[in-house]
Parts: sequence; C-alpha cells; structure tokens
Amino acid sequence: MTGRNQILSSARNRVQVANRVLALLMLAAVVALALAPLWAGRAEMRLLMEVLSYLALAQMWNLLAGYTGLVSVGQQAFVGLGGYLFFALAMFTGMPVLLAIPAAALATAVLSIPTGWIAFRLHGAYFAIGTWVIAEVYRLIAAQFSALGGGSGISLPVDLVRAMADTRAGREQLTYYIAFAIAVLSVAGVWVLLRSRWGLALTAIRDSQVAAESIGVNTRRAKYVVYVLTAFMTGLTGAFIFLQKLRITPDAAFSVNDWTAFVIFIVIIGGIGTIEGPIIGVIVFFTLREIAADWGTWYLIMMGAIAIAVMVVDKRGIWGALKSRFGLTVFPVDRRLDVETRGASGASQQPNQTHMKTGLQHAE
Amino acid sequence: MTRLLETTGLETFYGDFQALFGIDLHIDAGETVAIIGANGAGKSTFLRAVTGLRPTAGQTIVFDSTSIAGMSADRIHKLGIAMVPEGRRLFPSLSVEENLLIGASGKRPGPWSLESVYELFPDLAPKKSNGGTALSGGQQQMVAIGRALMSNPKLLLCDEISLGLAPKIIRDIYKAVPLIQERGTSILVVEQDVGQALAVSDRVYCFMEGRVSLTGTPAALTREDIANAYFGVGEAA
Amino acid sequence: MVWLNAIMQGVLLGGLYALFAAGLSLMFGVMRFVNIAHGDFIVVAAYMMLTFVVSLGWNPVLGVALTVVLLGAAGYLNQRFVLNRVLGGDILPPILVTFGMSIIIQNGLLEVFSADSRKIPTGWLETASVEIVDGMAIGLLPFLMFLTAIAVIWALQLVFYRTSLGRLLRATSDDPEIVPLMGGNNAHIFAVATMLASFVVGIAGIWLAMKTNFDPATGPGRLLFAFEAVIIGGLGNIWGTLLGGIILGVAQTVGAQIDAGYQILAGHLAFLAVLVFRPTGLLPKMAG
Repeated sequence: MTGRNQILSSARNRVQVANRVLALLMLAAVVALALAPLWAGRAEMRLLMEVLSYLALAQMWNLLAGYTGLVSVGQQAFVGLGGYLFFALAMFTGMPVLLAIPAAALATAVLSIPTGWIAFRLHGAYFAIGTWVIAEVYRLIAAQFSALGGGSGISLPVDLVRAMADTRAGREQLTYYIAFAIAVLSVAGVWVLLRSRWGLALTAIRDSQVAAESIGVNTRRAKYVVYVLTAFMTGLTGAFIFLQKLRITPDAAFSVNDWTAFVIFIVIIGGIGTIEGPIIGVIVFFTLREIAADWGTWYLIMMGAIAIAVMVVDKRGIWGALKSRFGLTVFPVDRRLDVETRGASGASQQPNQTHMKTGLQHAE
Repeated sequence: MTRLLETTGLETFYGDFQALFGIDLHIDAGETVAIIGANGAGKSTFLRAVTGLRPTAGQTIVFDSTSIAGMSADRIHKLGIAMVPEGRRLFPSLSVEENLLIGASGKRPGPWSLESVYELFPDLAPKKSNGGTALSGGQQQMVAIGRALMSNPKLLLCDEISLGLAPKIIRDIYKAVPLIQERGTSILVVEQDVGQALAVSDRVYCFMEGRVSLTGTPAALTREDIANAYFGVGEAA
Repeated sequence: MVWLNAIMQGVLLGGLYALFAAGLSLMFGVMRFVNIAHGDFIVVAAYMMLTFVVSLGWNPVLGVALTVVLLGAAGYLNQRFVLNRVLGGDILPPILVTFGMSIIIQNGLLEVFSADSRKIPTGWLETASVEIVDGMAIGLLPFLMFLTAIAVIWALQLVFYRTSLGRLLRATSDDPEIVPLMGGNNAHIFAVATMLASFVVGIAGIWLAMKTNFDPATGPGRLLFAFEAVIIGGLGNIWGTLLGGIILGVAQTVGAQIDAGYQILAGHLAFLAVLVFRPTGLLPKMAG
C-alpha cells in the first residue's frame, strides 16, 4: 500500500473502532434502561420516564423537520389529542388502559389525515405557523368538552389506574415499561424507516424537493405518510404522558412550551437530521434542567440563546459536528456511493479510467 | 491605451467543481471585446467572477488600476462595471421606467440618462409604464441594456444578449453597440452567435472547457481556426 | 341591531389586526422571511410605551416617538447582525432563531415586568364615542385605531411605490441576486425592510397597550392573528392584509356575540375556512 493509503485505512480503522465502542455503549444503556425497575428509585424512574417521553417526541420532530423538511411548531396538537383521546377512551368505553393508549394513538393518526390536508395548503414558515394555529384550534375545542372537564381539565379515575396492576410497584413498573417501549419503538422505527426505500426518498426530498420529484418520487405522498406516522407516535407518547400525569387540562395538553419548544431545543442542540442527535439532546437538556433548577426564567432565556447560537454557529448541532469531523455513527443510515474502477485487464486502477462500476451501499 | 480590465490566471470553482482554469484576458479602454464558446465553456462564469457574483478572493483581477478580487458585487458596480445579465433578469414588479431608474442607483455621472436611453431605444418610450416583463423579448433586452447603461459604466458586460431573439432583432440590438462605444463605454460581449460577435468586436477570445483556446482580431482569424478552438477539435483529449 | 354593532366592532378590531399583520407581510414580501417573534416584539413595544408614559410619566407624544424609533433601530440591528446570517435557502434556521428569540423575549419581559396583566389607561378616550348613523355609535378609540391602520398602510404603499427605496425593496423581493449588480447592498436593504416593519410593530404595540390588557405571554397570540390576517388577505398585497384583518376581526366579534368563549375559536375557524376554500387568500399578488 502507498503511504497515503496506509494513513487513510488506519484512520478508517480508528473510526470503525470508535463506532463499535459507541454501539456497545448504546447497547449497555438500553440494557440498563430495560432493567431500571431493579436499580432505580421512584424519583429516578419518574425522571427516566420523562426522558424517554421526550426522546420519542424528539425523534418524531426530527423525522418531520430534519428528514422530510416539514418544520412544525404544532406537534403539541397530537400530544394533546393523544392525551384527550386516551382519557376519553379509558373513561367512556371501558377499554383497559393498555389498550386505550394505542387506540388513542390510532385515533390521533386518523385525525391527522384531514389535519395534514389542511396544513399542507401552506408552505415553509407559513406551514409552521399554520400547524400552531391548528393546535390552538384543538386546544380551544378540547376546552369546550365539559365531559372532559372543559377548561379546568379532568383527572383519571383512580379505579382505572388500579386496574392496571395489583400493586403500586407493579403499576409503576408497567408504566415505566410503556415509556421504554415507546422510546425504543420511536428510535427503532425511525432507523428502520430511514434504511428503507422510504428513507432514500425522504433524504432526496430533504436535499432537493424539485430534484426528487423530477426522478419520480411522489413527494406529496411521502410527506403525508411521514406526517401521519409521526402523528401516531406523537399521539402515543401524548397518551402515555397524561397517563403518567393522571390529570389532563387543555393548557397542559396543548402547551407550546412543553411539547414544542423543549422538543425543538433537544433536537437542535443534539443534532438535527441524525438519529443520535435527539439522544444527545435529551441528555444535554435534562442535565441543564437539573443544573438550572432554581434559575426560573433565566433557564428558558439560556435555552433560547443556546438554540440561536447553534443555528448561527453550526446548525448541525453536537452530533452533526462530531459526525462530520470524526465520521462517528451509531445508527448508520447514510448511503455511500462506491465507485470501483476496472481497467481492461480487470485489475483495480486509478479512477480516471473509462470503465466504472457504481453501487449504493449502506455505510458501515 | 489604458488597460481597463485585466485578469491573470483566473480560476473559479462551484464547490468542488472547477469552472475556469487560469483565464488571462484584458480589455483596453475604448475596445469592444467578444468572448465566444460553446455552452458550459465558462463564459458566463467569467462574467460572474468579474462582477463579484462568484467568490474571487486571492485571484488577480484589476479594473481601472484597482484590484477587485474578493470585492462585493455592489462595490464593484460602483467602480464602473455594469452587467446585462444572462436571461435579462428584469424586475417584474417594476415598470420599464422603474427598471431603468434602478440601474442608476449607483449615481455615477455621465452621458446616460432616461432621455438618452429612450433616444437609443425609441421603442421603449411609449412602453415606459408597462410592467417590466410585459414586453417582447427584444424590447426586454433593450430595457436590460438600458438599465445597465443608466449607471454610466466604464465597462459594460453583455451576457448572451442574443439568446432567444430573432435574427433581425439581434441585428437591431447590436446596432446600438457602436453607439454605446462612441459615448465612452468599453464593452465585453459574451455571445453564442459567432458571426455577430466577430462583426461587432475589435478582439475575440474563444473559451473551451474553462480555458482560453484562441485569441486575436476577427480579421486575423480564419473560420477554421475559430471552429477548431470552439469545438476543441484536434486537441489532446 | 346588536349584530350590526358586533360587525362594526369587528371591522374596527380588524384595523388593529391589520397593524399587527402589516409588518409581517412586509418582511415576508421582501425577504420571504417569517419572524416568529413578531408578536413578542409588538408586546415589547407595548411595555416600552407603558414604561415611558405610565412608569416614567413622560409626554405621550414623546413616548410614541421613542417607542417607534427604538423599535425601528432594534429591528435594523437585529436584521443586519443576526437575522441576515440565517437567511438563505434553508427555512429551518430563520424559524428556529426567531423561535428562540420569542422564548427569550417572553421570559425577559416576565423577569422585568412580572406576569401581571397591564394596560395603558386612556382616560376619557376609553369611553368616548362617535355617532356615525342614527342610533349607532362606535368607540372613538377603536375608530382612531382603524384610521391609524389605514394611514400606516397608505404610507407603506407610498414608500414602496413612490420612492427609490421602495423600488429597491420591490426589486429585492423579485430577484435579490441581481440587485447587487445595480449597486444595492442586500444586507442593508434587508435591514431597512425590517426597520420599516419594526416602525409598524411599534405603532401596533402602542395601540395594543391602549386597547387591551397584555402580559409577557401575549405575543404568540398576536403572531397568530397577524398570520391569519395575512393569509386571509392574500400574500403580497398589503391592502389585502387590511381586508384579512377586518374579516378576522368580524369573525371574532360575531363569534363572541354568540358566546363570549367562542371569540378566538371563531377567528381560527374563519382562517381555516379560507385556507380550505381559497388557500391563496382573497386578494393574492404572489405565490407563497
């Protein structure tokens, strides 16, 4: 091998080793989380459930904005819908809680179909504000339903909660595993989607919608599908969040701050357009929250300032910068164009010969 | 004769793609110079580099004894370079007269004004309140040229002004070139219409794949020389 | 009769919404830029006016002048040194930066002024009324507010269509790449556009402070109203924005007449109806 090739290949080896280490760390973290009821106290479990909820929300917002180019500041609509539909189904249809959660998600997804149809009549930044208006409409409508507490909200009946499991510890474990399952589903789901043909279409749309359309990608349908899928997962997470809170009010359910501002912060700081980004983002967000617990409004001011700084300095966020600089990957989704060249004799040669073979492979 | 514009070894990139590979070109005051070449040869890229629309930091481009490499487009314009952009690029929200007036934003003194532009292109005067793009192609080209002239430039750059126009209209528009030159503006035309380019210019450059493949006066170059330089026939691949 | 009155109130309210919307419309028209902190800047102007005229007791005319000028300066500087850096093909950075600004402003105001609801007392102006036809009177304050909206929009049209600055702004809206070739400095032109929009924001904030109660969290609601007025009216047409504001105002007051709790929802539903049946708005001049 030539000196340059030696250097390149040892650099590639280092990156591969680093990636393997990161993958192992990720696996260890997942195992630790799966076993949390064994080692975590009640307060820690509650914190973990919050972290897992936000992770799911962040993965979905990232899928919408980072991959499909749909910047929404109205995802709180689906959090709130998931919560309210869950309460309605659990309280009025006798459905057990475990069934009501996915059912609420499904109902949210169904409602997202006409919602999306309306929202897609706007584009770019106006689409973003439009989604916010729509969320407000849902909030105001929810406040009209006196059966669900109207403007003051309602609490989940105790017997419904007791029906989940026999002991309080059992209920807490069950609740925790629901959060864990949702988080795993969100990360795995996004990963599988992006590795599929759909993912290729989405990346094409993100890079250039016009170019994607010109090669036959049905961009409108792709965006719609992603919109409905993320509405399902966001509704699922919303249903869980309000199960855990045991009480729902229109303002809490459809809060822009809680379900959009914080989520956006997490995705942007962690690294938009990557699966690892939201994971880093939740860690940073919750660490900052612990540190800044007594700061009051200054905490939010700092959060806004950091978000602006990231956008102005390096909009790829923490993971985006790391990935670009060091080639790190835990969840490989990028595709790499492999250009292999052959001369007349079949032996590999320099790339400016006439014969070229190309292939699309997943980067290792 | 004063050297008005000179580029030495000009290179231009679009990201990783290199469009110009060391262009040496000059225009002296009072000259009309033409750049010919096939599509993609780098002619428009050259004009964009000179006017500051492409980054040129570190290059050698001298205009009227001032280095303009790396300078912003608006500053370059104020020094006395005006361009008639490819595709005309008139402002649809502005009327014909407003399009002309906006060309004078740089406020340089000189012979060109609304009156003299309407004199040069009498077809435009009755249409001065029309929307900028509610005109025939030839008239739009006249507006675009007039707009550039309104800044009283020392150097006028014309990017493919014959594109999309009928031969008679092209000839009519090119009749204006010597009139413009008479009033003290030097001209650099980028043209696909080789005949027109040779007819109107004092000197010609031929670009091929980002390099100057031929240069000389129209009288001294044969059709064969030009065809070879245009298409790169006979050059090592 | 009571319905006619509601409609009349709605029309006048539309003037306020048109004031909210005009600045948003201007910035989008020139730069294709939507400022999510728009409503929060209106609230900043409201607090400024409150501080000058109530807390410090200065002359109202001075208060108005200072508020408008300070907002204009802030708008110019903000655009020139922060927002210009995120303008470009990608829609995400402007949305996120202005979203971040919105959070900062709301919490900054909360820190300085507390969450108390405030309003500038306008004394006799509050209850004065003008009789326009037999038996029907309208409030003097809302009427003046409506006249201000018309004056502001008329002034903006004047700037855009009769000045060389306006020519540059319209040209920049058409084709920002070519404008530097005519000697225009885009960084400066964008900042001037935002400065103009900020003057209007200042005026809008002053009226907000006089007409209704406001607090640090009032901003996002005003942004949504401004946005709805722009969309209903149609993009690129500033008189359309006035029409949009009026329709929104009327929808709200009619809704309030049916039930006080329906006011805002009625406005949103009118907006959604326009979006469903005429997505380009009522008097559009340009594509979104």
